[in-house]
Amino acid sequence: MLALPSAAPPAPKRQTFVGTALGCVAAGSLVGAMLALWMLFRTEAVDSAGQWVPKGIKIPMVPANTILLCFVLILVFAQWTVYAAKNEARSHTALGLALVGIIGAAIVNAQAYIYARMKLPILGKNPTAYNTMFYAITGTFLLLMIIGIGFTLVTAFRYMGGRTSDRELIAAHALYWYFLSALFFAVWFVVYVTK
Amino acid sequence: MTTIETHAPGATVSPSARTSSVGEWLTTTDHKLIGRSFIGVSLVGLLGGIVVAALLGIERIDAEAAMFDVNAIPQLFSIYRIGLTFIVLIPLLLGVAIAVVPLQLGARSLTFPRLAAAGFWTWFFGSVLVVIAIASNGGPGGGDSRFVRLFLAGMLVVVLGLAAAAGSLATTILTTRAPGMNMRRVPLFSWSALVGSLGLLVVLPALAGALLYTYVDYQYGRAGFGGNVGVNNWIGFGFSQPATFVYAVTAFGFAAEVIAVASGRRLPMRGVVFTGMGLVAISAALGTVIQQPAGISRNISNFSIGDWFSDVLPYAMFNLLPILGGFIVIAVGGLALRGRPKITVPLVFALLGALMVFVGMLANAVYLIGDAQLAGTVFEEGTWLCIVYGAVLSAMGAVTYWGAKLWGRLIPDKLVAPVAILGFIATALAAFPYFVAGFAKQPANASEFDYSGPQNVWNGLSAAGHVLMFLTVVLFVGLALRSFRKGAEAGDDPWDGHTLEWATSSPAPYANFTDVHTVASPEPLLDLKPRRRD
Repeated sequence: MLALPSAAPPAPKRQTFVGTALGCVAAGSLVGAMLALWMLFRTEAVDSAGQWVPKGIKIPMVPANTILLCFVLILVFAQWTVYAAKNEARSHTALGLALVGIIGAAIVNAQAYIYARMKLPILGKNPTAYNTMFYAITGTFLLLMIIGIGFTLVTAFRYMGGRTSDRELIAAHALYWYFLSALFFAVWFVVYVTK
Repeated sequence: MTTIETHAPGATVSPSARTSSVGEWLTTTDHKLIGRSFIGVSLVGLLGGIVVAALLGIERIDAEAAMFDVNAIPQLFSIYRIGLTFIVLIPLLLGVAIAVVPLQLGARSLTFPRLAAAGFWTWFFGSVLVVIAIASNGGPGGGDSRFVRLFLAGMLVVVLGLAAAAGSLATTILTTRAPGMNMRRVPLFSWSALVGSLGLLVVLPALAGALLYTYVDYQYGRAGFGGNVGVNNWIGFGFSQPATFVYAVTAFGFAAEVIAVASGRRLPMRGVVFTGMGLVAISAALGTVIQQPAGISRNISNFSIGDWFSDVLPYAMFNLLPILGGFIVIAVGGLALRGRPKITVPLVFALLGALMVFVGMLANAVYLIGDAQLAGTVFEEGTWLCIVYGAVLSAMGAVTYWGAKLWGRLIPDKLVAPVAILGFIATALAAFPYFVAGFAKQPANASEFDYSGPQNVWNGLSAAGHVLMFLTVVLFVGLALRSFRKGAEAGDDPWDGHTLEWATSSPAPYANFTDVHTVASPEPLLDLKPRRRD
């Protein structure tokens, strides 16, 4: 019978953090592919018809820029939660998580406001690829936002429930919001700025 | 030094006892059961896919005698390609990896096992939706818009399920290893599973992005993506080369693993083999998502310096690098097999499977050379078949090899060895005639064509190959079912293995190991065996 040296069970090696990072890779590939197709269609439309955004459609830049600024705030507060958790400042950590969640909800609201202001028909007499692609890419980003808010809620419940030593989850939470911020910067530049 | 018995005590609850009820099976988090579920369902899908492949082969023997309605042909081609890729190739190899990798790593379970289980069920129900949709005149080019929508939604569900399972597997390999097992000591098959699952996490979401656009466009505007006819243009990259290289990379990992065991020695140049497998997965995954046309479209003799950058460089990066990676694994394996290797049936399966995948890679490199004028011909189908059926052969070998650990019983060598040979003949017969027919300009995905040459011979041979493959799978499944129920007991280490999965009892208990082992080399069991032989 073979015998191997026994050992104490190893401590978990940042499973949540690595899992979140891999999730970010997958989400980055998803949105990256969608942005690439967006740019392909845009180039073809500009080359053939001279325009990509349908006539009469104005993209409201104020809420789009506000979302970008909100992400700067989210980054600050997400990093604050990491710092506060490291220093075992429970109230600061909870406040940071709450602010991340609230600002995340505000971003969802701002995206809904963009939809309302643009009045971009998804069905119409002369549908264009822009209409469906705009809703598809911003809707996908909205879904990632909602996942992020859910992540914040789970992190907050676990932390407030007493698992204050679980700093890995807080770090993973911050990583996800860092990733979403970078992703929105790309979406903002391609979809809203270059139009 | 403290030593422990590696055999789990008899009091440990066996997997079969733990999963006696259907409810427990439905909610299981045991990676072995999740992996076996992937394997079982995909083998059923394989039988269905081969039947469709054989029917299409027969349909193409005589281009004038139509067996099917002309409108059904695109649907049959769709279910053949999509089914064999997303319902067979990816989940079959992913299932083997999910069942085996935690055992190889000395882990008690997968990381995020519920995610992997959710991935299985998501994939399963998505596959059912896809099959229903295509069978109901949905799918690419389908005439019923409700079912085309269902097909696109089903494909999205399939892709999400597979990505979830791949994410769980990759996280396990990166985070949950036995003490002392750094990344350089990870078993060869586990390494291939890591690079393969990372590749899946890059390729599948990109496919999901294309599916999302296509679905929303089809549902609302049908303005930019070509409606039902255009579906394949946008998602076809997911079941073509080089994406299939990513899906099949574990075939090389299995070959390297079994070669090392057969040689009875440490595999030389492990780092080089790791690099080879990494080259296959990474360059193919990048080639898939970057979507730059990676063919040499101009006459090579008239190339300018700019052409080298626009044509040859992407061609080399996305097609020749995977070939280099596959060659490295095969070459190092060949070096290891010098001397007197112990020829086992899993070794035969592994070598033949990896060889066919490698032939598929070579053929794809030829296909993309513009001067060969193979674009739009069945040559590509032959390439794809080499990879899919080659990977299936590898998966059969893996089930033969690790079945001892998963079920505790062995498939008799004498009975399964002819099946391996038959599978190899079937693969060659199904794929190679399309290489010849491709040069004769037989169009791809068409049942009506007219070209000079014995077209009925090539298509007849390929159809016969599919029939033989069906026979291979039926024989293998029958043998496996019988042997894993009533066959000879395997013992804990029937193959004289090198890695940790052979240090626990057969079948492996629910939590894999009763004690945590410390690892001091990539082949922890081999470290002990010379002393035992002395």
